[in-house]
Amino acid sequence: MAREIETVCITTGPAEVGDYVTLNIGPIHPAMHGTLRVITKTDGETIISAEPEIGYLHRGVEKLGENLTYKQFLPLTDRLNYCSAICNNVAYELAVEKALGIEVPEKAQLIRTIMMELARIADHEVLVGILGVDLGALTPFFYLIIQREEIYEIFEWHHGARLTNSMGTIGGVEADLPDRFHQKWPKMRDTIRKANDETDRLLTHNRIWMDRTIGVNAFCADDALNWGFTGPMLRACGVKRDLRKDEPYLMYDQFDFEVPTGKHGDVFDRYMIRMLEMEESIKIIDQAYAMYQKLPEDAPLMKKVPKIIKPPEGQIYHAIESPNGELGFFIKSDGTDKPYRIKIRPPCYMVYQAFGELVQGEMISDLIACLSSINVIAGELDR
Amino acid sequence: MVDWQIDLIKVIFIWVWALLIAVVMTWVERRASAMMQDRLGPNRAGPFGLLQPLADGIKLFTKEDIIPEKARKILFVLGPPLFALPAFSAYAVVPFGDKIVLGGKEIILQVSDVNIGFLYVLALGAIGVYGMVIGGWASNSKYSILGGLRATAQLISYEVPMGLALLTIVLLYGTFSLREMVLLQQGTFLGFLPNWGIFKQPLGFIIFLVAAYAEANRVPFDLPECESELVTGYHTEYGSMRLGLYLFGEYVNLGTLAAITVCLFFGGWSLPYVDMSKFLGPVSYGIASFMVFFLKQAFFLFLFVWVRWTVPRFRYDQLMGLGWKALIPLGLVNLFVTALLVQLTI
Amino acid sequence: MSLKERIKECLEEDLLELTEFRGDLCVEVPKNRVLEVMSKLKKEAGFDFLSDVFGVDNLDLYAAKAKKAKKKTGEEEEEEPKKKEPPPPRFEVMYLLLSLSTNERLQVKVRVPEDDMDVPSVTGIWRSATWPEREAFDMFGFRFKGHPNLRRLLMWDEFEDHPLRKDYPLEGKGEERHLNYDTV
Repeated sequence: MAREIETVCITTGPAEVGDYVTLNIGPIHPAMHGTLRVITKTDGETIISAEPEIGYLHRGVEKLGENLTYKQFLPLTDRLNYCSAICNNVAYELAVEKALGIEVPEKAQLIRTIMMELARIADHEVLVGILGVDLGALTPFFYLIIQREEIYEIFEWHHGARLTNSMGTIGGVEADLPDRFHQKWPKMRDTIRKANDETDRLLTHNRIWMDRTIGVNAFCADDALNWGFTGPMLRACGVKRDLRKDEPYLMYDQFDFEVPTGKHGDVFDRYMIRMLEMEESIKIIDQAYAMYQKLPEDAPLMKKVPKIIKPPEGQIYHAIESPNGELGFFIKSDGTDKPYRIKIRPPCYMVYQAFGELVQGEMISDLIACLSSINVIAGELDR
Repeated sequence: MVDWQIDLIKVIFIWVWALLIAVVMTWVERRASAMMQDRLGPNRAGPFGLLQPLADGIKLFTKEDIIPEKARKILFVLGPPLFALPAFSAYAVVPFGDKIVLGGKEIILQVSDVNIGFLYVLALGAIGVYGMVIGGWASNSKYSILGGLRATAQLISYEVPMGLALLTIVLLYGTFSLREMVLLQQGTFLGFLPNWGIFKQPLGFIIFLVAAYAEANRVPFDLPECESELVTGYHTEYGSMRLGLYLFGEYVNLGTLAAITVCLFFGGWSLPYVDMSKFLGPVSYGIASFMVFFLKQAFFLFLFVWVRWTVPRFRYDQLMGLGWKALIPLGLVNLFVTALLVQLTI
Repeated sequence: MSLKERIKECLEEDLLELTEFRGDLCVEVPKNRVLEVMSKLKKEAGFDFLSDVFGVDNLDLYAAKAKKAKKKTGEEEEEEPKKKEPPPPRFEVMYLLLSLSTNERLQVKVRVPEDDMDVPSVTGIWRSATWPEREAFDMFGFRFKGHPNLRRLLMWDEFEDHPLRKDYPLEGKGEERHLNYDTV
């Protein structure tokens, strides 16, 4: 028995032969969220090379999808990016609706928009909070997480779940906005702004925060495009690209909002873009809510869809702007009630593959900051 | 009472005091951080959760004591006490009250008035780091080694500016004894300010405070344990009461640093403008002077907590840069200016 | 000029098939010309962003079609079966392209037969293909020629099958991962 234990012991003996030390970070490491692993070669604290290893949360969602009907697959999309499950739900619903060739009623679109933008705020709040925690500032995290809980309250009122929402269905949404939303939203808008403002005052102009984030992991726009970056990561590099503006879906072409862009692609820009996007999301929700209020109360919420969904044979790809970037669903249908092939294009997957290049030459502390600022969600990374 | 009995009482008193501060500090830290973060904090064990440290202590004592198979066992065991004991010992020279006359006997409220008490404190502060370095190295874990290395780097970056800041104080008061320093801070300065070190040495105070944070391993300088990067740094592999000693030693260290700050820059036990000994009896004066000292110390302890939950932490190279590129030049300039002024005024 | 015409002009004889479904264009190109086609699409047609690369296994699709065809022929006329055509290539590699300037999307399809799984790697053109190609190798077994680091990505290195193939059972084959810490 003793011998058996000995062979399982992790040998972390004195550094391996050569000039560099191999430092294994994760998957059991406070900053690795339990599912990520980076194998680094370090010279002192400087990282010579870093290689991420993924697959610790691989559940074979795509394989499962081939064996489930279109409606049964919806709850699985919650588990992709669990910080903003609604965006995944809506992305999938939109993709199937595109395959079916239908468009949902206006009211359903507005409810989807409102919920998605709330989810975006929640996602960004988690990211900014965790970035603070990983850089040693624990307090803003609590200010933000309290607001996230408030947002989850609305989700709970609307469709009963807080984290894994499974909101809506193919063809629309089941429920109207809850009555309590009408009283809650005006108040919540202010508290979200207040929490963001407090975070901003605690972090943004803090000298230590600036030292830790400005110029760290700076990335140029050409490289970012070449590596397939999307979303805030790409916008931080100075490319103004937002699918809500560029390939409008739902009713985003009718809203007035800005797309914040950075300049250097460093951690600070990524942080700032998320902070600014939260404000833009509030603006979008306000506009969507105003449009929603103009609609008659008995406006339809669902488009008539057959009970068993059988899109015609063909293949489509539909992408939306999730909080992390371009979240796309490729669906190949063979005319039966199950998708023949589902491919998810997770946004953080493309960013994380460039991780080795992002952190090369930086220090271990920067690796942690970089990882937090990418917002790698293992659920959608490994699928 | 004979002398050794008085000394024994004083030793026991200071020991209990140091322990109590550390214990209460763990509670204060958690409650204060909860207050700042819109949450409740521990409030179940005892009134206001005051018994939480006790519960934690019991938990730590009853946990299994694990020594990693490939660790250097002797050094591994030696680490935590080496870290905690110097912090305790430093209390020995802290003057926590004025001298009182009881039954014709002069009693100084200090375990021992060493005439180089000041150097003694500095030396013990530096020894504490060995606890971290040895613990980190003996654990046979790369994270622990990095933590230990960071502790070493931090020590050499911050002992120097701290020494420079304190040298100005020595120049100013012309003594190494902490007690005499406190006595020299009574009265007023420029007619209206209390005659405290902070008003005579504002720059020195700031340098000392920054260095004290670094010495105490608190955010923004908590790099040796830096939980998001190095798991928990030098004590990653420790568990049970050995870990408890490290955590405990940190708070004792805080208490020492706060006490030193009060002695050097804030007039120790004395109140500004008021001489308490004139209208108080000997015993009540002793208690009052101790309370004044304690309140000042408590303020600095709270400041430690306050700062910790407000700012993010530095990066390793930035911390070294701050030490060598900012604090040491500043400290040197401060030293020269002070030396010049002292030379001119005497 | 519509996107269709531009694609036709750009690809010329490399364009084997062009389909459109719900506004999504899909072009099929020959396997050995992938690199040329891709750089042409990038430089001339402006598709400068690679969204994703993944595989599709058409095994079940062909089986279902054959069944249907058999049923039809069986009902209508009972003649001797026709000469067997060589089966179409089993796998497809799909490339999702995007033009950042015009916001147009294009799906590029490459058919890969089961007995020749070599596909040229496009990592030299877009580095974003690095992990998707590794994943396609992991899940289907395509061998991307010229890929800098073609190892398994999601499954562990000792895993032998390719799980997204249609003939791999949903519940797996009972593989277990034996961790060997000493090699780390």
